[in-house]
Amino acid sequence: MTDRISKQDVAHVADLARLALTDEELDAFTGQLADVLDHAADLEALDLVDVEPMTHPLPMRNVLRPDVVGETSDRAEVLACAPSVEDEQFRVPPVLGESP
Amino acid sequence: MSTPERTTARLLASEIRSGARSARTVLEEHLVAIEAREGEINAFNLVLADEARVAADVIDARVAAGEDPGPLAGVPVALKDNMCTRGIPTTCSSRILEGWRPPYDATVVERLVAAGAVVVGKTNLDEFAMGSSTENSAFGVTRNPLDPAKVPGGSSGGSAAAVAAGFTPLALGSDTGGSIRQPAALCGVVGVKPTYGTVSRYGLVAYASSLDQIGPFSRTVADSALMLEVIGGHDRRDSTSIPKPAPDLSSVLDYGVEGLRIGIIEELSGDGLEGIAGDVQARLHEAVAVLEAAGATVVSTSVPSVVYGLSAYYVVAPAEASSNLARYDGVRFGLRVDAPNAGDMNTATRTAGFGDEVKRRIMLGTYALSAGYYDAYYGKSQKVRTLILEDFARAYGEFDLLLSPTAPTTAFPIGEKTADPMTMYLNDVCTIPSNLAGHPSMSVPFGVGDDGMPVGVQVLAPASGEPTMLRAAKVLEAAAPDGHPAVGGTMVGSPAGVRNE
Repeated sequence: MTDRISKQDVAHVADLARLALTDEELDAFTGQLADVLDHAADLEALDLVDVEPMTHPLPMRNVLRPDVVGETSDRAEVLACAPSVEDEQFRVPPVLGESP
Repeated sequence: MSTPERTTARLLASEIRSGARSARTVLEEHLVAIEAREGEINAFNLVLADEARVAADVIDARVAAGEDPGPLAGVPVALKDNMCTRGIPTTCSSRILEGWRPPYDATVVERLVAAGAVVVGKTNLDEFAMGSSTENSAFGVTRNPLDPAKVPGGSSGGSAAAVAAGFTPLALGSDTGGSIRQPAALCGVVGVKPTYGTVSRYGLVAYASSLDQIGPFSRTVADSALMLEVIGGHDRRDSTSIPKPAPDLSSVLDYGVEGLRIGIIEELSGDGLEGIAGDVQARLHEAVAVLEAAGATVVSTSVPSVVYGLSAYYVVAPAEASSNLARYDGVRFGLRVDAPNAGDMNTATRTAGFGDEVKRRIMLGTYALSAGYYDAYYGKSQKVRTLILEDFARAYGEFDLLLSPTAPTTAFPIGEKTADPMTMYLNDVCTIPSNLAGHPSMSVPFGVGDDGMPVGVQVLAPASGEPTMLRAAKVLEAAAPDGHPAVGGTMVGSPAGVRNE
């Protein structure tokens, strides 16, 4: 383990990823992430200035389908997957902090 | 009379299509095999015995009416539990999807059913296909049928174990960095990762979308070829699907390897960087001798940048995963842990729903994509993918196929590597380069190691090179040393029968 990634970095990343970690978990994950980043440090030695990045194995192009009416998912069936539904809409707790 | 652990999908389908045996009888034999050992192995998250009986009876009725139900008529198949099945739970072995019933079938499921296959269950995996041992499941560890103290490999460990234990002759897995080939090697079965874009990913729960590909597990090379013919080919619902029909594989299987040029990847086959075990190296050398005896020219060759594959993969895959798994927010499907506001609800749901390995990869990916680190990690890793592709292109200018071990060692004891994620990741060193390049690659069982557990040889091919790859695999299969666990071997379902050559 190195100081490649700090406990504060991991706490920040966990927050961005919407994960809550205990202090103990934070310590463990920091060490494990540092191990992986240490291994990835072998890439630092490579001269990649003139290499094009590869985002995908296939040459990507836009794919269009004929503009015809086809089968779509059934609304009731899709809503039935949700934890909470009201008036054919997904129901969530308040977003902006106001009381319900 | 065939027993479930020795039969092949081809034989079963031909017997059922001709009316010589009923699909229902075949199914019941497999359900008996599952009943006998599933408690110990835990290959399945869900066994669909009643649904399978209904499907088998439909096949039998169609045969009785003079119809042909298709090339997989009545063949029991298992699906990795990250493939959507309409109205049937699909968990990805994660608490966050527990109880979710997808509103549609994955394309591969539609195609299997249309070909007459009978789905008998959903198999266990490392949560969201992240792992190399099937120990990261919310629903318990899957055990290796050849030695229940050992892991089956992962992430498609449930599918590999199901085929090795004789629960089904065929299963589907998904392979992002080796998740079909490595468990196939550790369980002594055949496993194929097709060319990226050959098999539709519609209805496959996404892990790392530029790497994920669905493929077969079977006990014979010919059965994998058959399954690939059924599931492959263009699908308009997957924008990365190659607009071509599935290639004909069955008719070229027996063409042999005479005149083929095959290169052994030096960097992945010796004592080099990542330490391939001596017994695994020995089996590889025996495999080389078999291919030479069959008329191929086999020499060592260097594919230098593959040594950077592991580092690039453990940046690219977590980066894509961190984006793909953002959808699990407690709103539209799966688990919700209530909280007074939406942001806290998202956090509480994700914290309770994801296991440690998934959290680790989401955080790693989020970090690699974050401001200030993007170029150092993600940008560099994408450039390494280009280097690997270019090195492969050079090698395939000289060789028809490449060869390496599938995994550095035979199956390891349950619990041995769970405390140290980086050690676990090293399992994927030989399999990752094909995913980064989008190329096909497969594992063929070839003898056993010093511990009596199976060894897999990996055959790699350039994009769309499946026909040649399968031909070489067939030659290796036919000459595999005694004690190899494919059809007719002594190992399946009987650890006591393992012979150490």
